[in-house]
Amino acid sequence: MTAAAGTAPAIEAVDVTRTYELDGVWVPALRGVTLTVAQGDHLAIIGPSGSGKSTLMHLLGGLDRPTSGRLVIGGRDVAGLSPAELARLRNETIGFVFQAFHLLPRTSALDNVALPLVYRGMGGAARRRQAAAMLERVGLGHRVRHRPSQLSGGEQQRVAIARALVTGPAVLLADEPTGNLDTATGAAVLALLESMNADSGVALVLVTHDREVALRARRQITMRDGVVVPPAAPRIPRQREEP
Amino acid sequence: MRLAEAWRVALGALRANRLRSGLTMLGVVIGVAAVVVLVAIGTGAKQTVEQQVEGLGSNLLIVVPGQVSFGSAPTLSPLSLSDVEAVTRVVGDRSRVAVTVTSGERVQAGTAAKFTSVLGVLETTPQVFIRTVARGSYLTRSDVDTARRVAVLGSAVASSLFRDRDPVGQQVTIAGVRFRVIGVFAQLGQSLGIDRDDEVHIPVTTAHRLFGTGRVDGIAIKAPDRERIDELGNRVVAELARRHPDTEFSAVTQEQILGVLGDILGVLTGVLAAIAGISLLVGGVGVSNIMLVSVRERTSEIGLRKAVGARPRDIGVQFLLEAVLLTTLGGGTGMALGVAAASLVSALSPVPAAITWWALALAFGVSAAVGIIFGVVPAQRAGRLDPVVALRAE
Ligand SMILES: Nc1ncnc2c1ncn2[C@@H]1O[C@H](COP(=O)(O)OP(=O)(O)OP(=O)(O)O)[C@@H](O)[C@H]1O
Ligand SMILES: [Mg+2]
Repeated sequence: MTAAAGTAPAIEAVDVTRTYELDGVWVPALRGVTLTVAQGDHLAIIGPSGSGKSTLMHLLGGLDRPTSGRLVIGGRDVAGLSPAELARLRNETIGFVFQAFHLLPRTSALDNVALPLVYRGMGGAARRRQAAAMLERVGLGHRVRHRPSQLSGGEQQRVAIARALVTGPAVLLADEPTGNLDTATGAAVLALLESMNADSGVALVLVTHDREVALRARRQITMRDGVVVPPAAPRIPRQREEP
Repeated sequence: MRLAEAWRVALGALRANRLRSGLTMLGVVIGVAAVVVLVAIGTGAKQTVEQQVEGLGSNLLIVVPGQVSFGSAPTLSPLSLSDVEAVTRVVGDRSRVAVTVTSGERVQAGTAAKFTSVLGVLETTPQVFIRTVARGSYLTRSDVDTARRVAVLGSAVASSLFRDRDPVGQQVTIAGVRFRVIGVFAQLGQSLGIDRDDEVHIPVTTAHRLFGTGRVDGIAIKAPDRERIDELGNRVVAELARRHPDTEFSAVTQEQILGVLGDILGVLTGVLAAIAGISLLVGGVGVSNIMLVSVRERTSEIGLRKAVGARPRDIGVQFLLEAVLLTTLGGGTGMALGVAAASLVSALSPVPAAITWWALALAFGVSAAVGIIFGVVPAQRAGRLDPVVALRAE
């Protein structure tokens, strides 16, 4: 199920921009971002509020299209894809984890996790088997029949993570996944995401406000005003130590 | 997404909002039930009229003065018995020609009395129309030729004048003149709004003396077969026109009567169905409205579904099925309700109601179509939602 491990990057963005129109005024949210997410990568995106982190995540996940620039997801240029083809690409290569969980209410944890498989046309039994295995992996094997309202925040986010991973995507995009959780619960959720990245080889792109969390990633990207700024502070000390 | 899965999701969404779904369906339920009941009543009325017209006898040709048109006042008949003889010569068979001259008269037996239709007729009536004598016998040619004071009673007249006694051989007084009862008709029931058991037949010649007239109201001819009926009608009308140059005559067949009545009832049924259809339309608008609300409420769900790989079509189909499910469940319930109401109507009132399979199929098809037509716009709106915008909605 995991995307073919190779040297080709999972996602490649070259000078992508995204401009929104607000009452006739064009507001640039991204002003030329070049970024590569390698297979199995672990990437942290930090930056102040409104700097364009979520906008970039939506582009990387194929939820949105760039206003200009080249965006290649799973080897396919999104510019040439129809909405249906883009949906299929998301289903096959991307897993999203949102700050707001976004679980379907009145739907069991199991069926929430199985949802992406529905859009693959997978039969009910196979779907549930796969979803149950995934719930087991995130430590919720005992909560399959629970509905979101019967789960704690941390448990809900684990269900969301299981849902993001059930299709065996190449990239897991997590936009402030701990934003709605207390510190301890948030730490556990992060640990789960990081272990999934380490164990199953799914690339992890994480938006966070926590510098310590960001530093645990292989690479850090700092955004400001819609562009990536070089991470000046952490790199300078290293350069001093190297010679 | 598989279709079965889409149905399951749609059903789940309706269940999640039971009260709202139920109220939305109610519009369709009422519309479909109204269509079913009103079409059943219209169809029932038409069938009853057809049965009654057929029940008069087959290959009938009715000749009356004036133009046959419903709603116009009947022309005073210039026909007399000599015209009847002329018509009989055209037809060539006396047993195929019947006449009537009718008058409302008081009929009395002992202390019992009844106001009823007294028909002056020829002895040929039972051969032309379908009439059976249950007891005694019918009029004979010599009764007519010699103007005997004999009478054949309709079953309703017989039972109200004589109760359980056998009227045959008894005396009745019609308009003050004594008659001998020689027969009683078998029960027949209503025909075109006339109670055909509530009449008394006497020889036409006797009737002329009794009523003080020499006219006959109309002539009925039983054609030997269906093919020659129009030709025969034309010849009879031509003969009568020759004899009465000032009067127009028309010959109508059962098919023509049925055609006219059928047209009237068809228009009536159509109008009723259209009125019911409007309520179905209003129900459809309600469905559309609720589906738009549903799309708005579930914007975030739509965004999530798209994020995990739902195509615009998957989302559109899901909402369309939801609308169709609403209207077909409503349609099914409405059909059941309509059938129940129609059977109640025909059981408890004289209004006949006939449920036909095509009316049910039509009602169901229309309710499904209403779902599709009124679900398309909300479904398209849902399918086209921008996933990023949809995910932001909360
Ligand atoms: N749909 C939109 N229409 C107009 N402007 C938008 C839209 N979405 C985002 N923006 C603007 O784009 C900029 C970047 O927004 P984005 O959500 O990417 O920021 P962010 O870095 O994720 O912030 P936060 O840390 O608060 O989540 C903001 O100035 C925002 O107002
Ligand atoms: Mg954000």
